[in-house]
Amino acid sequence: MSDLLTNLLSGPVPIEAYLGVSLIMFFAGVYGFLSRKSMLMILISIELMLNAADINFVVFNRYLFPGHLEGFYFALFTIAIAACETAVAIAIIINIYRNLTSVEVGNLDQMKE
Amino acid sequence: MAQQIIFFVLAAIIAIFSILAVTAKQIIRSATYLLFVLLATAGLYLLLGYNYLFAVQIAVYAGGVMVLFIFAILLTNRPGENVKTELAVRRVAAGATALVGLAFCGHVIYWNIKKVSELAVQADITPQQLGHSMLGTDKYQYLLPFEVISILLLACIVGAIMIARKR
Repeated sequence: MSDLLTNLLSGPVPIEAYLGVSLIMFFAGVYGFLSRKSMLMILISIELMLNAADINFVVFNRYLFPGHLEGFYFALFTIAIAACETAVAIAIIINIYRNLTSVEVGNLDQMKE
Repeated sequence: MAQQIIFFVLAAIIAIFSILAVTAKQIIRSATYLLFVLLATAGLYLLLGYNYLFAVQIAVYAGGVMVLFIFAILLTNRPGENVKTELAVRRVAAGATALVGLAFCGHVIYWNIKKVSELAVQADITPQQLGHSMLGTDKYQYLLPFEVISILLLACIVGAIMIARKR
């Protein structure tokens, strides 16, 4: 543990510091996904998890394969796909709110009016 | 040294605000905390030397997605209303799941990845290089995913309009 701390304070930031940050972000997302009832909160948790995965792609690319761009493009396309997914999910949530006047998963026992 | 300080500030912002985002009582506060997390992530990208990804993260996530979220929250929530959470038992179970996963993955990372901690110097990625690799068809060039993403975006626009329109 002590050599990890000295590594953190001298020299470049080690890779596991970045991975630890994305780990905390990912499992905060997992907790929110499991503990909230509102569909918008679940969507926010999914965004947190996707963002943590993006950080991992970029960090692995930068540390293990500098000069290549695979992880970079993976993160780029993941951001685009996350934006698509959010747009469609929010359209569905607004439609559900219009039909059921609530966005809680407990009230969602029918998808068809 | 400046790099370490910036990293620790960004890491603290991400850790604190991502936990606040999933525990906040009001959903609009959750969205605001998520915005801070996304901005700090953009800062991490900048720290790693990927300037283009920084711009994309700010424009797409912190711009577009957050506007969508805030619109959706204002359309579906009465102001001042607290978010309902699951039963206490389920919340404890969710917290236990997250903590177990955190401990397991942290253990794996700590014992396996600490050998690779040096950072090789990397030349800045020029826009020219980026454009060539994004719009070429050779190996390590990404024209096909680029076009597939554009079709996916089109399908999403059409789908979102179809789903959310008034009948």
